[in-house]
Amino acid sequence: MTAFFKKPKRYMPLRQREPKIDAPQGLMTKCPSCKYMHYTKQLNENHKVCDCGYHFPLHAQERIDMLVDEGSFERFAGPSVKANPLDFPDYEEKLSKDRERTGIEEAVVCGKATIDGLPLVVCVMDARFRMGSMGAYVGEAIASAVRRATSLRLPVVLFTASGGARMQEGMVSLMQMANTSIALKEHDEAGLLYIAYLTHPTTGGVSASFAMLGDLNVAEPGALIGFAGRRIIEQTIREKLPENFQTAEFLLESGQLDAVIHREQMRSFLKKMIGLHDGGVHHV
Amino acid sequence: MFDPIKEVTEQLNKLRETAETKGIDLSREIRHLELKLDRLEKDIYGNMKPWDRVQLARNPKRPTTLDYIHHMFPDFMELHGDRHGYDDAAIVSGLATFEGVPVTIIGHQRGRNTKENMKRNFGMPHPEGYRKALRFMKQAEKFNRPILTFIDTKGAYPGKAAEERGQSEAIARNLFEMATLKVPIVSVVIGEGGSGGALGIGVCDRLLMLENSTYSVISPEGAAALLWKDAKQAERAAETMKITAQDLFNLGIVDEVVGEVYGGAHVDVSLQSSLLKPVLLQHMNELLDLSTSQLIQGRATKYHQIGTISE
Repeated sequence: MTAFFKKPKRYMPLRQREPKIDAPQGLMTKCPSCKYMHYTKQLNENHKVCDCGYHFPLHAQERIDMLVDEGSFERFAGPSVKANPLDFPDYEEKLSKDRERTGIEEAVVCGKATIDGLPLVVCVMDARFRMGSMGAYVGEAIASAVRRATSLRLPVVLFTASGGARMQEGMVSLMQMANTSIALKEHDEAGLLYIAYLTHPTTGGVSASFAMLGDLNVAEPGALIGFAGRRIIEQTIREKLPENFQTAEFLLESGQLDAVIHREQMRSFLKKMIGLHDGGVHHV
Repeated sequence: MFDPIKEVTEQLNKLRETAETKGIDLSREIRHLELKLDRLEKDIYGNMKPWDRVQLARNPKRPTTLDYIHHMFPDFMELHGDRHGYDDAAIVSGLATFEGVPVTIIGHQRGRNTKENMKRNFGMPHPEGYRKALRFMKQAEKFNRPILTFIDTKGAYPGKAAEERGQSEAIARNLFEMATLKVPIVSVVIGEGGSGGALGIGVCDRLLMLENSTYSVISPEGAAALLWKDAKQAERAAETMKITAQDLFNLGIVDEVVGEVYGGAHVDVSLQSSLLKPVLLQHMNELLDLSTSQLIQGRATKYHQIGTISE
């Protein structure tokens, strides 16, 4: 009888049915922006760009493979730099760990290549390595690649991806801002083209040096680009910043970029620009 | 706070006064105290930890750019504006003669009190400050004047408007243009050298630092927060990050460390200026002897050498 007065349950706990994917790791990749599950292979064929427009970060080698003529890339040897200029504790272990994990020597890969037959020097930063931060290696690798471009009379395309200066190299890292800028100025005075290609993220000392010094400064959609960190700015001015603050699109609006280029157009854009800067009209 | 130096100095003064007014011979006692004071000063100032120097560099009483200008360049004329709508008061610029040579002077300018600091934005420039500085550098090049820059900033201002108007670009542009300026550039860090905001007027042929100034890629507090997730470890960061004049001299980044008066530059600005002036003059004169190409080549080599292993 008492059962009669018992309220029936209004909800039935349903067992959540998880989509069961019996797939090897890495087969699927989830878009962090729209949460769509991609087949990694399909995503790769799509330049690692989601249909929602989200640009997945690229490894340096992936970018190079996507950009230059097959087999044309000749990697420059890394510079000889002081490995741990400040004798910073545990720094060298961190470097070797990142080397093992990423398979690259440092946070930038530089070399000579062609795009549709047009020769250029290309430098690509890799944010997986110590967040792409710039120490003596990164600074000097870029500076010496630019100096080589100057003597070979080649354009430079530099893909930035960096959290800024490398803390563990202190002032040696700050001085790389000057080192790279000086090399670029010499390249500039030789009348050669430099394109700074900003990818996610480009901040701090890298944004305040070679990232902003292109004859053309362009960026990938959605890339975070800025001098100071968002949190620091919010603490300083004591107000919330708009959602799109420091994105590539925001910089385009405030007149700091020439264009925001979808990754699909990367190769054709660079080919076109290098072609347009080759020569020019000669007045008597 | 107990200050042993102040204590002994007061005793010494009292003793001297007594000796004079009462005509008693206290020379033995006075000599004893003088020696004691000397030993104390050597002990205290000779054993300063990097963190102690950070405190001195940040002392609100520490002389600012305009203080040194006042003592070293009596005919200084301040000139203003970036010609694009702004005059950033966090950067001062102008012309003067330095032992007969016309020079362009550019420096960060902090305030010495709250009111001044509001006007000067605590010595933290906006993009317009760097563009104003660049205007004067290009002018110096045109008229073949050496450039002297005084570095004294916590950093370029991290604000919304600064980002919108291109803080990164403004600093980058200055590094780029300073690279091949055809005139000598001597920079001196007089207080805090804060990262890119300092370097924005600090690409130079000779870098000098006052003994108790600092120059760093990030504040010790910021470094501690980033590296060890604990801003309270700032003292440790100040040592590990190598930010003092002597540390940076040892790293080959600084060309000369300029000694400070006991207790720090704020104790006697006039004396401090007279310590700085001959060093500044000597470096400028050495650079004036170089040809333009030697100068520009030397500047490139200076920055190229910092991180590399020389063959």
